[in-house]
Amino acid sequence: MNALQRARTLCLGLVLAVWLSAPAPAQVLLTGDWRTLMHEDQPERGQGPDLGDYLGIPINDAARLRADSWDASRLTLQEHQCRVHVVPYIYRGPMQVRIWEEKDPESQQVIALRQYISTYEQNRTIWMDGRPHPSEFAPHTFMGFSTGVWEGDILTVTTTHIKQGWLRRNGLPESDRTTLIEHFIRHGQNLTHVTIIHDPVYLTEPLIRTEDYVLADRDPGNWLWPCEYVEEITGRPKGAVPNFLPGANPFLQEFPERWGIPFEATRGGAETMYPEYQKKLTTLAKPEVKK
Amino acid sequence: MRRAVFALAAAASVVSAQSGSGREEIQVLPVQGNVYLVAGAGGNITVQVGKSGVLLVDTGNPQMTGKVLAAIRKLSDKPVRYILNTQGDGDHTGGNENFAKEFGSATAVSVANTPGSSATQTVQIYAHDQVLARMSAAKLPDTAWPTETFVGDSKELYFNGEAVLMYHLPAAHTDGDSMVHFRGSDVVSTGDIFNTTGYPVIDLQRGGSVQGVIDGLNRVLDIAVPAHHEEGGTYVIPGHGRICDEFDVLEYRDMITIIRDRIQASIKKGMTLEQVQASKPTRDYDPQYGAATGPWTTEQFVEAAYRSLAPGKK
Repeated sequence: MNALQRARTLCLGLVLAVWLSAPAPAQVLLTGDWRTLMHEDQPERGQGPDLGDYLGIPINDAARLRADSWDASRLTLQEHQCRVHVVPYIYRGPMQVRIWEEKDPESQQVIALRQYISTYEQNRTIWMDGRPHPSEFAPHTFMGFSTGVWEGDILTVTTTHIKQGWLRRNGLPESDRTTLIEHFIRHGQNLTHVTIIHDPVYLTEPLIRTEDYVLADRDPGNWLWPCEYVEEITGRPKGAVPNFLPGANPFLQEFPERWGIPFEATRGGAETMYPEYQKKLTTLAKPEVKK
Repeated sequence: MRRAVFALAAAASVVSAQSGSGREEIQVLPVQGNVYLVAGAGGNITVQVGKSGVLLVDTGNPQMTGKVLAAIRKLSDKPVRYILNTQGDGDHTGGNENFAKEFGSATAVSVANTPGSSATQTVQIYAHDQVLARMSAAKLPDTAWPTETFVGDSKELYFNGEAVLMYHLPAAHTDGDSMVHFRGSDVVSTGDIFNTTGYPVIDLQRGGSVQGVIDGLNRVLDIAVPAHHEEGGTYVIPGHGRICDEFDVLEYRDMITIIRDRIQASIKKGMTLEQVQASKPTRDYDPQYGAATGPWTTEQFVEAAYRSLAPGKK
């Protein structure tokens, strides 16, 4: 090796040493107070879906009957009054979420991403330290048990141990066997949240939805959600559970008749998720619009 | 009649044997306060530990006792002093005899409330009186029988620094069911009126009924108090399955009540059992709780609910 070759080798070594000792590309931060943007999927996001509106949800027959049997009066039962939206659904509503990191004080490695969600004052932990999910015998919670990994700049979260909940708050059920996959994607001051619901009990295909948030530069407020149950209907027999017998729900025609949508389409199912269904829609009989 | 009861008890043992080969893995989970769940031994076993000793709610399948005891030993080195049976099935009482042999059977010594009695050094087995009636009629070993029974609504004891209450649940899974409330730890063990793994088994031959199961679930709801927004607070250990709280019991209660309403409406219309079964009144819950095969099928559940709502109807 001559002097020139030695110099080149030395130079290359120095470059490599500098490159290897440089800090890794910094991880995207999700910390801060985020407030929801309600520009998509209305009217489901605000006042909630109509009764009997199962459009675009890949439900099976069991989910359809369970939703048909659901009577909104059930929410007047004391134990139902303070029920929390489960984690796949809670981000759909008007809400703020505060995100912060919990770090190991010695290594400064992120142990967990913590979230405080204003709706129902929910605290959520996304474990980032590679711990396993709990036993099948462990309790389920409304927020479930979450673990996260960074895939590039996307935080991907897997959640199990979620309580029984709903896909829509018109009674469309989501079982406690659901696994939720989420992607948190930051674009500057905006955050896109993607949820993919896998429910082996009530869905025939995964249900994918998105919401968007904007980073708040002032405290959005409204962080509390007190709830205390009361006797809303007196004289009801003890243990009564409001429900409609199969085929007896009188409200299922309201949604199709309000918008002129074929009843068959409102019944949902995987087929109604896809653009090709628009062709079939044109062949179905539409009800007369009632105003 | 005795033969019929024995046959039923034998059938229960077969069910236990099928679900408890001894190869299952035991899991121990802390629940709250002094209370733990030992799962995987057949029916769930609730373990309360403290300075006074160990109290068990149910004992699982007999062939699992060694593993259950090894699991308990990781929680406490104190003797097992009490067993509270929520009912008489083999997957809940199967370990009674083994524990009695290990820690001393109360049937082998002078009774409690007697001066100089050594009964306090043995395992006391508590259950509703109907459990004793069924187990003795089935000619199960007397060391497995309840040593203390109660009639009426409840039985109280105080152990490991907290009140422990057994409440009778009439005509539910059977006619001898009890649930157990650990008042200090704030944990309820329900027995088989509540299972997260399937529909409740309603044993008509031993006095069970769907209304009794619903009444029992409503009683659990009366006792349970959630901590925050219908979550946590009182924890509930079902007969089979995972640790729960009031909300989980609520959803289960709603389901059984809705199914009862459907079957009752069909009975009012004059529908036969076959017609009701053909209408599939449980089909919205079957993907989660139903079974086409095994010891307790959906068809059996619907039949038991129907017959308990329409006694004497074909």
